[in-house]
Amino acid sequence: MPQYLISVWHDESYEVDFSTPEAQARVAQVGAFNEELQNAGAWVFAAGLHPSSSATVVRSTGGEVSMTDGPYAETKEQMGGFWVIEAPDLDAALQWAGKAAAASGEPVEVRPAQG
Amino acid sequence: MTSPLDEVFRREAGRCTATLIRVLGDINLAEDAVAEAFAIAAEQWPKTGIPPNPGGWITTTARNRAIDWLRRESTRSERQLAAHRMRIDSMEPDHNPELDRLDDFIDVVADDQLRLMFLCAHPALAADAQVGLILRLLAGLPTGEIATAFLVPEPTMAQRIVRAKRKLHDNHAPYRVPGPAELPGRLHAVLAAIYLIFTGGHTAASGQTLTRTALSAEAIRLGRALVELMPDEPEASGLLALMLLSDSRRAARTAADGTMVRLADQDRSRWDRTLISEGHDLVRSCLRRNQPGPFQIQAAIAAVHADAPTAESTDWSQIIVLYDQLYALRPNPVAALNRSVAVAELRGPAAGLDALAEIDAASLENYQPYHAARADLLARAGRHDEAVAAYDRAIELATNTIERDFLVRQRAALLTDDQHGSVRQGGGDVLGGEGEGADTDGQGVADGVADGGGNRALGAFADAE
Repeated sequence: MPQYLISVWHDESYEVDFSTPEAQARVAQVGAFNEELQNAGAWVFAAGLHPSSSATVVRSTGGEVSMTDGPYAETKEQMGGFWVIEAPDLDAALQWAGKAAAASGEPVEVRPAQG
Repeated sequence: MTSPLDEVFRREAGRCTATLIRVLGDINLAEDAVAEAFAIAAEQWPKTGIPPNPGGWITTTARNRAIDWLRRESTRSERQLAAHRMRIDSMEPDHNPELDRLDDFIDVVADDQLRLMFLCAHPALAADAQVGLILRLLAGLPTGEIATAFLVPEPTMAQRIVRAKRKLHDNHAPYRVPGPAELPGRLHAVLAAIYLIFTGGHTAASGQTLTRTALSAEAIRLGRALVELMPDEPEASGLLALMLLSDSRRAARTAADGTMVRLADQDRSRWDRTLISEGHDLVRSCLRRNQPGPFQIQAAIAAVHADAPTAESTDWSQIIVLYDQLYALRPNPVAALNRSVAVAELRGPAAGLDALAEIDAASLENYQPYHAARADLLARAGRHDEAVAAYDRAIELATNTIERDFLVRQRAALLTDDQHGSVRQGGGDVLGGEGEGADTDGQGVADGVADGGGNRALGAFADAE
């Protein structure tokens, strides 16, 4: 069955305060959504990520490995988390994506995996 | 395009492609096979005559040709082939690569056309890609013609179409008619795409007039097909009615010298009564269903215009009521703009400007018809300096020459009037709104929405509807 990456994007210039009731409500919503994915057999993997300031970029050029402070893309919007799901087709994946956007309260991007 | 073979092509190419996509599960393969079948027909039919069921002949020939190709590609395993197929609901028999049951699938051809419409207008695609795909796959137009019609270089259009097909393929877009839960939204996307095609053709840009007329005709043809396929969807009928009623004014919209004539100034005896009566019948049948939608309401507005024997006798209060309904269904600034223009007709330019002031101007900052309508109302209210500034902005934003020429003339007339101390220019200006673009003499800019001019329409306002 095709797999899709559903990634959550948000503006990182402000920090999320997880102690607020709103943030707590979202955490609960995402938890419920994860459960729904698992019950439907659509779940492959998912994770929330630490802020992009925690990222390290690693390159390999001519056998030489180098590291720099991340993130790789110097954009205001960064990926904050993702799901990998299984869905029979795009329309089914988009339905899940709609629920993911509602649960996370952020826009999500859907991309099909190759193969 | 007048030979019998061309006629068969115009009529059948989209239908055959739609069926072959289902049978083969691959858009490119289906397109190639149908093209090949027409090439064979071009060779054989002059000798044998056109077969009694030309569409069936093309479909069968294309299918057989595709089977040959697939067999020759024996290096491709069955599994690889299956991976290339589109996801199709309940289509097991045709999923068989042997595809031997032609008779079984011929009778679901109508469904195939619908499937293809929904695929081409998939909301995951940008509006310009939807339009390109529809014209390529359903209308069978060559990429070059589509590019010319939308004023983009052919490689740009070709790339747009290739990318769209690839996106649908890579994403495993299903080839099906959406279920009841998704249908309203998905149908609206199909209707909006067809309307974009219509307005692309409706807005005559200089030098492109002919091609664009063909585009309007193509949109109406697609609209008719859709009404036939979905007779119980009043919005489909509403779209067809809107297109027919707008198209009825085509001849009156352009003066002998090629300049634009606004709705108020049109010679109404040149309106096409046959189209108007068909449009009216559709609007009436929609009203009976009592499931109003944005296209039905816009068609009703067009019908009110068509009912008025003179511009002065237009029932503006009815038009305002209809714009209120439209805005209630889909609050967008373009509907509010058109409403303001109608208010000005009923209660005078000052009232129109008041209504205009309530709209969030930022959302219309780059929308030419907004500035044109505002300029006209300001001029009529005697605020000439502000009117000139608004005309300047509208002229700056105008994308086609007919539209621009019109605005330049309006602006010049205003300055002349100024010298003569006259407050109002040209008689009975039905607003800039109708002044819409080169096209919409219609009901205001709204229709203008997509109208503005092909490319712009494809951009910002594609979603406004």
